[in-house]
Amino acid sequence: MNPFPLRGLPLKGAARGRPPIITIKTMQITAEHLTYVYNPGSPFAVKALDDVSLTIEEGEFFGIIGHTGSGKSTFVKHLNGLIRLPSSQKHYKKPKAKKGQPAPVEPSLKVGEFDLADRKTDFRALRKKVGMVFQYPEAQLFAETVFDDVAFGLKNFEKDLKAEEIEAAVKAATEIVGLDYAAVKDVSPFDLSGGQRRRAAIAGVIVTKPEILVLDEPAAGLDPLGKKEIMELLHRLHRDWCRTIVIVSHDMDEIAENCTRAAVFSEGKLVCALPPKELFLKSEELLSLGLDIPLTAKLCAALAKRGVSVGCDFTVDGFVRAVLGAKGEKR
Amino acid sequence: MKDVSFGQYYPVSSFVHRVDPRLKILFLIAYIVAIFLANNFYALGACALVLVLTIAFSHVPVRKVFRAVRGILFLVVFTAAINVLFNASEEVYWAGPAVYWKWKIFSVTQAGIVFSAFLVIRLVLLVTFSSMLTYTTTPVALTDGLESLLTPLKWIRFPVHALALIMSLALRMIPILMDETERIRDAQKARGAAMDEGNLIKRVKAMIPVLIPLLLSAFRRADELGEAMESRCYMGGKKRTKYKKLRFTWRDLIAFLLIAALVTGVVLLRVYVGAFL
Ligand SMILES: Nc1ncnc2c1ncn2[C@@H]1O[C@H](COP(=O)(O)OP(=O)(O)OP(=O)(O)O)[C@@H](O)[C@H]1O
Ligand SMILES: [Mg+2]
Repeated sequence: MNPFPLRGLPLKGAARGRPPIITIKTMQITAEHLTYVYNPGSPFAVKALDDVSLTIEEGEFFGIIGHTGSGKSTFVKHLNGLIRLPSSQKHYKKPKAKKGQPAPVEPSLKVGEFDLADRKTDFRALRKKVGMVFQYPEAQLFAETVFDDVAFGLKNFEKDLKAEEIEAAVKAATEIVGLDYAAVKDVSPFDLSGGQRRRAAIAGVIVTKPEILVLDEPAAGLDPLGKKEIMELLHRLHRDWCRTIVIVSHDMDEIAENCTRAAVFSEGKLVCALPPKELFLKSEELLSLGLDIPLTAKLCAALAKRGVSVGCDFTVDGFVRAVLGAKGEKR
Repeated sequence: MKDVSFGQYYPVSSFVHRVDPRLKILFLIAYIVAIFLANNFYALGACALVLVLTIAFSHVPVRKVFRAVRGILFLVVFTAAINVLFNASEEVYWAGPAVYWKWKIFSVTQAGIVFSAFLVIRLVLLVTFSSMLTYTTTPVALTDGLESLLTPLKWIRFPVHALALIMSLALRMIPILMDETERIRDAQKARGAAMDEGNLIKRVKAMIPVLIPLLLSAFRRADELGEAMESRCYMGGKKRTKYKKLRFTWRDLIAFLLIAALVTGVVLLRVYVGAFL
């Protein structure tokens, strides 16, 4: 059994006959017409995002997939204001409508109560609520001890914490990522092993208890066991620590197994955002975008070729159940 | 890469881009010599004309070119002010009083104004022409050209090839390290680091979380690069052939004639017209 049952959207819970989970949606992410060009107006100009409109509900375990260079990282960097919307920058001039054409649509992005299109938004307060783990996060380690490094973000965001409070928070964060607090706190982060270093770096982000945690390929470059452990860590975090998780990933099995919904990016455009159950029915389309499909989807297709059609939700568990069901029917 | 504009290659195809890099380096030297030989405004005008032609045939937008000048704006204003204020010479260049204003050791004189105008023009021409070299020549071509020009030094056992390699690696690393800096800055900003706030000490302190990872990664990169080169049997300069052989073409001839005309013209103006007119 999957120890971490999917956290469906409230509606889905109700549909499955469970009591609906009552949530007050406060940290919803709403992007509308998000467009971003790197180095505009130069020969290096790259349109990395093209009119992306997407809503991520609070409580989701949201996946983002897409071919390399499709704009995934650019999108997630918007979520905590590392990339600013044009209208939130100094010297911004509203584009004028040309004669006889409708006024150009302004991109907008809201994360909870924060309006990222507004210049007056408190971006530091936003970053406290939206934690971001970059690809190869161990590259951000710098302090002399793991303790200092993990405490760095906390001290930045909350200036007047007492020493005990800091210690308690750092201890909790290091422990939830699976490090032995007493053993690592006085060790240099550079003396840790690769996997431990990544955990320490993640602890340094989640130490402020962000409500939304964004991770850009958190399992990149790890061995299969390391990957599995990171995914387990993410489930732990989703259960007890951060309400919403947004994860960029190239691993379709991971997406199929864990996500409530996944968005597909291609050349800066949003192709679709669907629950894995529906998404991986479109295998052909995904393959044509240069993406992989989960093993379960491949197996379903292979079975379908042999004349056995199994409808499943593309988790390993769901697949096994569906296959056993199909077999039972035949008997 | 935040600002790819200063002193960096501008990737378009143009007449100037395709001139041989060796010649471009020599032309830059010739141009600098011409600027300093030029001792009247006609000669400076000729230098400016060559610069304008270079820009026009380089397809580099004028906006970009001005940005290079903006980088030295402070220097220009500062030297101009110093030269105006401290020049006490009473030479007269046009009708009117030789000294406009005087206070203790400071004065504004005709000579001061002429001198500093001269200096400003020289500086601006110099910087703009040099940046045209880097705008229109890839770093690789630049080091290739330099290596080729320095070949004579090999006779005195100077390691020209190693020097050129170091230069091209350094140039190659700049954008990579800039990207890396950006990435680490983003990561620390996401952890609430305040990068551009507060007084000087605060700012320097805020650099530490960026600098340490950056240094570490630079060392790691250097190591990896060394290993990669060794594993491909890199052995240094001896008997290495070039992927791109440099060859002179008609473009080089035209460019050469232009620069030669400039230097000759400046020398003639110097001899027959004289200083400051
Ligand atoms: N700092 C930058 N300057 C210029 N162009 C950039 C920059 N960062 C990304 N790009 C370009 O923007 C496009 C989208 O990049 P992005 O990093 O968002 O892709 P991605 O989907 O995250 O890819 P990957 O899976 O490789 O991480 C790419 O074409 C990339 O070359
Ligand atoms: Mg990316």
